[in-house]
Amino acid sequence: MRFILRRIGFYLLAFWVSITLNFLLPRLMPGDPVTRMLSRSQQRLEPQQIEALQQMLGVNGGPWWQEYPDYLRRVLTGDFGVSISRFPTPVTEVIAQQLPWTLLLGGVSLVIAVVLGNLLGILAAWRRGGLLDSVAPPLLVFIGSFPYFWLAMGALYLFGVMLGWAPLRHAFSVGLTPSWDPTFIGDVAAHLVLPALSIVLVSIGGWMLGMRNTMIATNAEDYILMAEAKGLSPSRIMLRYGARNALLPSVTSIGMSIGFIVGGALLTEVVFAYPGVGYQLLAAVQGLDYPLMQGLFLTITAAVLLANLLVDLVYVRLDPRVRVA
Amino acid sequence: MSVLEVQDLTVEYVSDERSVRGADRVSFSIEQGEILGLAGESGCGKSTCANAIMRLLKEPARITGGSIRFDGHDVLDMDAARLRQWRWREVAMVFQSAMSSLNPVMRIGDQLVDTLRAHERISRADAWRRAGELLAMVRIDADRLRAYPHQLSGGQRQRVVIAMACALRPRLLILDEPTTALDVVVQQEILQQIRELQRELDFAVLFITHDMSLMLELSDRIGIMVAGRIVELAPAATIRDDARHPYTRALMGAFPPISGPRTRLSGLAEGVRFTDVPDLVEVAPGHLVAPGGAPIQEEAA
Repeated sequence: MRFILRRIGFYLLAFWVSITLNFLLPRLMPGDPVTRMLSRSQQRLEPQQIEALQQMLGVNGGPWWQEYPDYLRRVLTGDFGVSISRFPTPVTEVIAQQLPWTLLLGGVSLVIAVVLGNLLGILAAWRRGGLLDSVAPPLLVFIGSFPYFWLAMGALYLFGVMLGWAPLRHAFSVGLTPSWDPTFIGDVAAHLVLPALSIVLVSIGGWMLGMRNTMIATNAEDYILMAEAKGLSPSRIMLRYGARNALLPSVTSIGMSIGFIVGGALLTEVVFAYPGVGYQLLAAVQGLDYPLMQGLFLTITAAVLLANLLVDLVYVRLDPRVRVA
Repeated sequence: MSVLEVQDLTVEYVSDERSVRGADRVSFSIEQGEILGLAGESGCGKSTCANAIMRLLKEPARITGGSIRFDGHDVLDMDAARLRQWRWREVAMVFQSAMSSLNPVMRIGDQLVDTLRAHERISRADAWRRAGELLAMVRIDADRLRAYPHQLSGGQRQRVVIAMACALRPRLLILDEPTTALDVVVQQEILQQIRELQRELDFAVLFITHDMSLMLELSDRIGIMVAGRIVELAPAATIRDDARHPYTRALMGAFPPISGPRTRLSGLAEGVRFTDVPDLVEVAPGHLVAPGGAPIQEEAA
């Protein structure tokens, strides 16, 4: 329990540091973003936009010790101001529109890649030098080393344009309104297949290799030999004694990956015109949409920290040795 | 009839360039309730023999000759399923590194239950109760069943492994350097425990160590191994007082006797290598020695 409280305390501190950095950075830049944006847009911003910008960046004059508490209050209440590029939609609303799609795409492809990759790794290590072990790793590494956008565009061209099996763009067909009815869910799934598949293809090799290598090291442990001598069934030795231990390093990287899902899969979203956070972030950078950028960065930071906290908690369940008495 | 009979066992470590004989035409047998010691320096093939008996050798090691019979059954002929049943039920083993032979992420109770349930139709609750009794047998409190291996001391962990090895009342217990990582006090406790359990459960023991004093203390008969071969096999007293082979005598001279007159330690002479050890010859009833093999510069000092 004390361990958990300590971890939570640590992550709260980390979150505070990151939002403070977010507050400081615009201030450390020469000039101020508002002036630069004004000059770039040749004064065509509406007064409301300027105010939104200034409010977000805390550059509406006044010393920092007055701005800082104000800024903190706004961050904690989820008020990131109004988006410039999609004026006058509030930043939170823009993020709320994009985030579910990103979570869906990233979550589905991560789960598939992790589960499949780890299973393949476990099996390959268990039958080391066997067929699976000699064919799968080089093949998957080969696929994974293609430039991602090339692979994605190739898949889109082959399955979308030439064969017509998969839809070409967006997360659902034009004319449908988001709801929970089966037609819409089916449509979303159909739109998800190709982007998710492309992500799984390039990432699965890494998961498999990582798992295979730790599993091989684990298989050399004495408790595996002992388990064999005890006459346990091979599947039990492989899973309860081998994989259960080899999984531990994997958990850490799964946690990191969960956090980074929120950042969106930029290239995937661009190639498949998928309406996710990555796509929006790119648009925000191009449109010098500072409030949206800040909102997105904070969301990503919070997600990464939250995912890491989760992993810490799960790890305590999985490895009794880190439970400090 | 002997519990275990090993005839001309040959194990080779095969690689592309060459193969090395880990065990070379090793023959011995163990009777019901007997303690047979196998002694020799590191790398002489003691553990290779032990692992070969349980068929636990991994590539590149291969059993290339000889036979292993347990209770008259050919061990080398067993298929995987038969082998799984036979292991631990009939022959259990305490490994060289018993410190790390427990799964770090499982409670020791669960590991004991695992062992019981792999061989017997028994409910989890009953298995858990039996596991508690097994711990009590090696004088560990039954509430330690819920502990993880890292929460136990080295000696406790070793005793847990011994309890695990006795769980199914095997006919033969192989102890592969069971006390190497422990200090002398704990070593004595563990040996004491093994002796008591052996008296109670009447299993045979194959005891492997390079520690001659422990070996003489525990074993009924002792085999001395060099370079994969047994060079002398005799009752413990004969090995102590009347060793014939020069290597055995060198080994006996490598540790100080606790009582008796002061003697000069001779030790194993550097650079002495025994190759082409001939087959054993019976020099007295129950005392087998490999003839020849004289390359020891005795009393050079």
